[in-house]
Amino acid sequence: MPSPVDPTSIAGKAFPVAEHVPLLVLGAGPAGLAAAIEAARCGLHVVLLDEHPVASALIGLDVPFVFGDRLDPAVQNKPRMTERVVAARPDLEQAVEAGVDVRLGVYAWGAFVTGATSRALPHPLLGLADEARSWLVSFDRMIVAAGARDLALAFPGWDRPGVMGARGADAAIRLYQAFAGRRLVVLGAGVLGLGVALGAQEAGLEVAAIVDVGVLPATGAATLRTLGIPIHTEHAIRATLGTAEVEGVRIAPLADPGAAFDIACDTIVCAVDLVPNVEMFDLLGCPIGWRPELGGFVPQVDADGRTSVPGIYAAGECAGVTDAAVADPALAAAAGRRAARAAARDAGLDVEALLPAPPIAAPPADRDAMHRHWLASHVDAARADVMICRCEEVGLRDLLGVRPPRYLSYDGKKFAARDLRSLAADGPINQDQIKRLTRAGMGACQGRRCREQVQLLLAMQGNQPTGSVPLPSYRAPLRPLPLNVLSAHDETQEMRDNWVVWFGIPGQWLPQWEPVPDHAASAVESRVLREFET
Amino acid sequence: MSSGASVVVIGGGATGLSTAWWLCREGVPVTVVEKGIVGWEASGRNGGGATHPASPLFREEQRLWPMMDELLGYPTEHQPMRIRVCVTPGQLALAEHGAALAEKQGFRVERLDPQALRELVPWVGDDVAGGMLLHYGGHANPQRTVQAYAWAIQDLGGTILQHTTVTGIRVQGGKAVAVETDQGVLGCDAVVVAAGPHTARITAMLGVEVPVAPARAEMIVTEPVPLIRHGGADGNGLYGRQTLRGNLAYGGGPHEWIELADARTPRPVNSPVVRSLARRLAEMFPRLGHVRVIRSWAGVIENTPDGRPILDRLEDPSNVVIATMSSVGFGLSPASGHALAQLVVRGRCDFADLTWLKLARFGGLAANWREHAGWVPWSAAEQPESFDGAGVHS
Ligand SMILES: Cc1cc2nc3c(=O)[nH]c(=O)nc-3n(C[C@H](O)[C@H](O)[C@H](O)COP(=O)(O)OP(=O)(O)OC[C@H]3O[C@@H](n4cnc5c(N)ncnc54)[C@H](O)[C@@H]3O)c2cc1C
Repeated sequence: MPSPVDPTSIAGKAFPVAEHVPLLVLGAGPAGLAAAIEAARCGLHVVLLDEHPVASALIGLDVPFVFGDRLDPAVQNKPRMTERVVAARPDLEQAVEAGVDVRLGVYAWGAFVTGATSRALPHPLLGLADEARSWLVSFDRMIVAAGARDLALAFPGWDRPGVMGARGADAAIRLYQAFAGRRLVVLGAGVLGLGVALGAQEAGLEVAAIVDVGVLPATGAATLRTLGIPIHTEHAIRATLGTAEVEGVRIAPLADPGAAFDIACDTIVCAVDLVPNVEMFDLLGCPIGWRPELGGFVPQVDADGRTSVPGIYAAGECAGVTDAAVADPALAAAAGRRAARAAARDAGLDVEALLPAPPIAAPPADRDAMHRHWLASHVDAARADVMICRCEEVGLRDLLGVRPPRYLSYDGKKFAARDLRSLAADGPINQDQIKRLTRAGMGACQGRRCREQVQLLLAMQGNQPTGSVPLPSYRAPLRPLPLNVLSAHDETQEMRDNWVVWFGIPGQWLPQWEPVPDHAASAVESRVLREFET
Repeated sequence: MSSGASVVVIGGGATGLSTAWWLCREGVPVTVVEKGIVGWEASGRNGGGATHPASPLFREEQRLWPMMDELLGYPTEHQPMRIRVCVTPGQLALAEHGAALAEKQGFRVERLDPQALRELVPWVGDDVAGGMLLHYGGHANPQRTVQAYAWAIQDLGGTILQHTTVTGIRVQGGKAVAVETDQGVLGCDAVVVAAGPHTARITAMLGVEVPVAPARAEMIVTEPVPLIRHGGADGNGLYGRQTLRGNLAYGGGPHEWIELADARTPRPVNSPVVRSLARRLAEMFPRLGHVRVIRSWAGVIENTPDGRPILDRLEDPSNVVIATMSSVGFGLSPASGHALAQLVVRGRCDFADLTWLKLARFGGLAANWREHAGWVPWSAAEQPESFDGAGVHS
């Protein structure tokens, strides 16, 4: 006899899906576009999703990039922004022609697959949303080409309006054509900074200076010198200038902090590095490893981009950021095509695998050392009031002291003895634990502006390798979604009928100093109390 | 127990930590063994609710919570009182019934008409049916509380071994004499087993069967909104609270029964139920429909067949105390630890009647009780007839 099903559990509950998609491609950047087109040509039914143009409210929260309050009000006009996104990415039209079902302005916020603690779902599900509502789709395979986001690194005044990231600036200038600044200072003289400087100049903007704490890197240096932009290497930022918004920046040579000088600008673009977007892989349970030469935490993949979760592939910058790939989007596109062929072959189609990527000639940059050098040049004990987590107002001192958050204004004497070092004496430092105690990373930007620098600062303080601080977990929804949007408008009646606030166990809510009564009335009484007292 | 005797507490959740803290307060040398980080499982992932008047421990819990910050020396964010929001007349009628039962037990419940409710909870809708202000119960911050217990234990000289997994218990002459871990062996004079959903695995090492079934449950949390006076406002099928930071953290609805394959606790995932949580929260607080959900999480908890805790001292080995709180163990933790410490030191609890929380009540339980109750993992893929729980809507 089949065993009964607990009606208040998830067993047998249906989660309505809007459609079933054989191949989802997440992200319409170079990798995703190439993957979608290739997969469609192989004969797969493909849905290509991209969140751009994102809601102006998210732009205000620095989601998904650090936009630094430097986008003009045109971003509130979503249809217009959609036109601009299409214009900026001509391959989108090619994708449509190839038969790809393209959806813009759609957020992928959750993924639900069978794993050790959940087996009730019949298919892998992806949670999607636009500005009005959310829905679920089921899928056979998914190529994640979610790209990379801005690496935010603190410096004095980095929390002012006017400080943005490289991808934020690129989206503002090229994708949305809605950049509100005029004169930029670019931080970072690597390929990323070079790209920002070039893009800004092409758009007719003035680049006042390029600043780097290091020396000029080999890649791109020659081009950089031809741009006619003052380059200040081995310089650090001493202050940002202005009453509220950025009006300039004060920099000084590392070797001679006294020789500071000011540069007028309305925007500072932090173009030090990018962070691979591994959030979807984390939700999907794909193993993620620390690969500093690829920009930090990246999914483990084979030569074709297969992750170790069947049906999930990674392509492009979300699988790793390198100088070569930042300089040449064709590498990401090639990775997209390889993943598409792999997905097509795994789906049983008779296509050939593509040759693996040729190894990159140049030795990989030590990105971790570069990040540390940046932070060490800008924050230290003497500047411990610099904000690290802006949403939750956690300064460097609060972070390293593992101080309770400011809203508690709790000044118990015993806290003096508690700090990162005392915590480390109890066991390896864990960023999720630090989040819980200090709230760094718990804010509305979902940690995008502080995750990586918190990891770096914890590791630096503990004299341990950056990668030894494990990846703090990502959670759904991967984008901040209003309650009305996330809401299950399509919920089944069965879900409503069997919903209980907490397990439907009659004896639990009846006086436990008495035996569990053995009559039906007790179940009713228990239900009343369960809903009443939780 | 003789003086100077040492106790090993297995499990650094709220139950084990509170027990260890109470033992430290009595001057008993204690070592807590935790396979991960203190409070990492259910104890740091729950709703923070502390309103369980059905428990014999509740009176003691109510006495203790207001003092906990001071006793521990670290903040717990405890807040007294709860508000029951009734969106529909049906919910109000149910709550009226609940209030009558609570009053019968001697608790004070204040009826709130829509206007009075709106003054306390401005987020409710125009057509809200009403509400109740419970002058008992409360809530606290689970993550801060577990860390407070842990630090307070250390301040009193107790030891906490994190990242240490218990692998066995040595018994000699009817007593547990040592606890084996993956990091070495700890001699002891008494043992407390408070391993949450892993409790049965530990007691099985002693040949003692403890009936518990693990399940996954989940919650969502929003960005902060301005503070209301009594943040413990819930209803409409949800439990939860506004945190002191201002975030709304709510859970409820379907749980998922799971199996724990080994001594580890796999990372508990969220399910599409998060959308149903958002729906109920928006229904309850329609003025907050624009407020953004920024995270979700899940935790693994255990339940006994009757949903009640097991707090007991074994007969054989006679120096082992076992504890499982059956899915409502955070709020009661100040009192459960007190009771358990008394069971260790004196063999009985002097402030609450624990008769119906003894293990012996399950003496006649069928071996396949979980299957009987349907408390077993369920997989759509393994259903005999094709189940399409995610049927395509077109
Ligand atoms: C989403 C959710 C919401 C909840 N809401 C509430 C609420 O509002 N109010 C309330 O009172 N309760 C609530 N609960 C229940 C409550 O969290 C639990 O009942 C309580 O935390 C149990 O505490 P514990 O210490 O007994 O168990 P746990 O927290 O599970 O702790 C047991 C510990 O033992 C450790 N352990 C296990 N095996 C070993 C081993 N072999 N060696 C070493 N260590 C081991 C584990 O790592 C774990 O840390 C909720 C739970 C969840 C998941």
